[in-house]
Amino acid sequence: MAATEVITADRLTKRFGNFTAVDAISFKVTRGEIFGFLGANGAGKSTAMRMLCGLSMPTSGRATVAGYDIATQSEMVKRHIGYMSQKFSLYGELTVRQNIALFAGIYGLKKLEIKERCASLAESLDFTEEMDMPVSILPLGQQQKLSFSVATIHNPDIVFLDEPTGGVDPITRRQFWELIYKKAAEGTTVFVTTHYMDEAEYCGRVSIMVDGCIKALDTPSELKKEFKAQNMDEVFRSLARKAQRQ
Amino acid sequence: MKKSFTAFIRKEILHIIRDPRTMLIAFLIPVVQMVLFGFAISMEVNDVEVMVCAPKITPAIEAKVSQIAHNPYITFKGYLASDEIDRTIAANKALAVVVFSRDYDKSGEAQVVVDASNPVTAQTSAGYLTQILSGTTENPAPGITILYNPQLRSGYNFVPGIMGLIFMLICAMLTSVSIVREKETGTMEILLVSPIRPVMIVIAKMIPYFMLSCIDLAVILFISKYALGLPLSGSFPALVVTSLVYITLALALGLFVSTIVDTQMAALLVSGMVFIIPVIMLSGMMFPIENMPAPLQWISNIVPARWYIPAMRKIMVEGLGFNHIYPELIVLSLMALALITVSVKRFKIRLQ
Amino acid sequence: MIGNAIHIENVSKNFGSVKALDNVSLDVSRGEIYGLLGPDGAGKTTLFRILTTLMLPDSGKAMVCGFDTTKDYARIRRTAGYMPGRFSLYPDLSVEENLKFFASLFGGKVSDNFDMVAPIYNQLAPFKNRRAANLSGGMKQKLALCCALIHRPEILFLDEPTTGVDAVSRSEFWDILSDIKQTGMPIFVSTPYMDEASRCDRISLINSGKILETGTLEDILRRNSMPLLAVKGDNNYRTLLALREAAGVKTAFLSGEYIHVFTDSLCTPESLASIEGVSEVKAINPDIEDVFIKIMGNGSN
Repeated sequence: MAATEVITADRLTKRFGNFTAVDAISFKVTRGEIFGFLGANGAGKSTAMRMLCGLSMPTSGRATVAGYDIATQSEMVKRHIGYMSQKFSLYGELTVRQNIALFAGIYGLKKLEIKERCASLAESLDFTEEMDMPVSILPLGQQQKLSFSVATIHNPDIVFLDEPTGGVDPITRRQFWELIYKKAAEGTTVFVTTHYMDEAEYCGRVSIMVDGCIKALDTPSELKKEFKAQNMDEVFRSLARKAQRQ
Repeated sequence: MKKSFTAFIRKEILHIIRDPRTMLIAFLIPVVQMVLFGFAISMEVNDVEVMVCAPKITPAIEAKVSQIAHNPYITFKGYLASDEIDRTIAANKALAVVVFSRDYDKSGEAQVVVDASNPVTAQTSAGYLTQILSGTTENPAPGITILYNPQLRSGYNFVPGIMGLIFMLICAMLTSVSIVREKETGTMEILLVSPIRPVMIVIAKMIPYFMLSCIDLAVILFISKYALGLPLSGSFPALVVTSLVYITLALALGLFVSTIVDTQMAALLVSGMVFIIPVIMLSGMMFPIENMPAPLQWISNIVPARWYIPAMRKIMVEGLGFNHIYPELIVLSLMALALITVSVKRFKIRLQ
Repeated sequence: MIGNAIHIENVSKNFGSVKALDNVSLDVSRGEIYGLLGPDGAGKTTLFRILTTLMLPDSGKAMVCGFDTTKDYARIRRTAGYMPGRFSLYPDLSVEENLKFFASLFGGKVSDNFDMVAPIYNQLAPFKNRRAANLSGGMKQKLALCCALIHRPEILFLDEPTTGVDAVSRSEFWDILSDIKQTGMPIFVSTPYMDEASRCDRISLINSGKILETGTLEDILRRNSMPLLAVKGDNNYRTLLALREAAGVKTAFLSGEYIHVFTDSLCTPESLASIEGVSEVKAINPDIEDVFIKIMGNGSN
């Protein structure tokens, strides 16, 4: 296994009774990549992501995340990943600084490191007096950027983002993606699950899940070429329309 | 608008019967509480294990011991030496030891040693024993006649208390939660943006829980009469009317809570803290109001159960009727009227 | 203004010190799909609540189908169909029971206006006994729409109907709205997704409680047209940083696979193409997101 492969999935499968939620999916994600994991509601992407995060055991097949087997070394997996969803919220009544210290503490960072991270986050987020304001009074977009920064505070190998920018204004969205690109350029792999196609356009490569299987996997421009589509939305629709599940 | 009103009630009934938790609170809890308080949690003291320590056994002592042994609440476990008393009680081999003095025949002196790790049992068993010891053949102990609850059954005391509690639980808690749930799921917005009048929403919400409470009332009375053997000798109309007024009051309280909170969690907390606990602590259900410090006695006056529970006791246990409970009935009716008025006024036709 | 489906005049609404709506005015004609586009927290829901009589404006006035939202609120409640932003059905009732309930809430039967919802409801019919809680996001949306339509309203208010729904269901949902529009019913709809602007007859862009632009999508794009270059690099992050250092670049930001670059006259596509790592440069027309950003930027300066 090449060292640059951060996620490998080999015929990864999850069944619930007779229902196959994830049906033998295989793919690889390399270091520093921004990987979009798309699918309609109920296509199985949340189940797949839960397995990759070490929260759920596969029925068959195997996968490694950051070099650890998700079935046998889930604790190690959890230590090397970060997670953020649109719903994931920081503690609103704590200040920015307190939130950072709290999550950094959870991941076992030392006092001095926490201080350094606070300083570097304040710089990259362009926060000054905001550092000592309660998170709840910050605008939504800034909260979003902060949660991303907090989710990656321990410099994880991989960060999982679940619909990270749904509903934010276009300016914030673009700033948010700039943060993600920056993190990826520093070597963190970014794994984005979403069903918003405008988020998909920012990803380096995207996979599209339909009925538990990966039906397409390539860069957005290649996919658009292949499906003769104007945008990812059309690509997605031409694939997802074929879904059998309700 | 009659159609939308009945549709609304039908919907509420569906909510109730489809939610296992509501069904549990509405039907299982009353039965379980009745059975628990009626049978398991008993204030009566039975099978008191008693031993006797006597330097020498005279006929007078023997007569007393046989009286002790024949007492239905006491189990006589035999004689023991004076240096064994501490050890025996410590080892839980006896709850009480009767120590006769050396010159008992002359002086009639005896001592009762009781394990008071449970004060209630200690007090009661000491009572049984002194009763037996104090009487002499020539001079028997004063007779005590106990009215209304001759066997001192704790169920008699608790049934009215449980009723006060259960109606508060079902009506106040469930109604407030069910209204607030509509706020949380966003359905309240659609209801408000429909021609149905807000006051109708309120009434339609209350009716199913009112019916539920009536079923519970019947169940409780049935258990009281046939399982716990309460006489229910008082006026039945008075019992039903007072209970219905109390139920209405509790519904109005639930509605009132729903106008001040926005989440189901808050509704549960408020109903639990503000309604249920006072019913237990301040209504006279557990602790006699007369024994409370004066400020608590004043506060207890605003607890509806403080009026309902005594009224129920008078009817169910003492066998009285309307003419003995009208002060309570009037207070409860006024409280209900005031609360309904305030809550309906507070129930907004808009979101804020 | 009897002629207009919605007439909003200088409506403002504050929550404490927060200006949720700041002097908003707009008109919706009969028979059009009117989109209110803006991010979360822009004031969309507040405006919907004022129009559906759930809230009172602090100042200004709003009319729906000729009725004043404050004085004639009861009339509006009889004539409007409303789908709030949050999931707003009874999860413990089945599909059929939900529809029946909402029909009778307005004093009618499902059969009275079934033609209104038939095309949508027929897609749900196989699941009519399923509890609403167990429906997929797209189906919940369709059921909520049926429930809002079952009393044959004169106007339809849809607050973020496509939030949280996948692309296929979203597109189906917009198709349904186009069909409803054919019956002449005006539809006032809000969305945070800029790409849905093309499905509306007219739109208003809203941010921080202020209307930024109003018109058809084409009008707005034409009015705000500006030279824009789309650049792609081997590594877009490094290219972005390089572009920001380049001469003649005013602003550069990520937009999907490309970097959108506003330049001044000193800069040509050729000069950008010569930057290291740049693999593609093309002139494009700004999309609605670019316009939104441009106007938002103007507003804050």
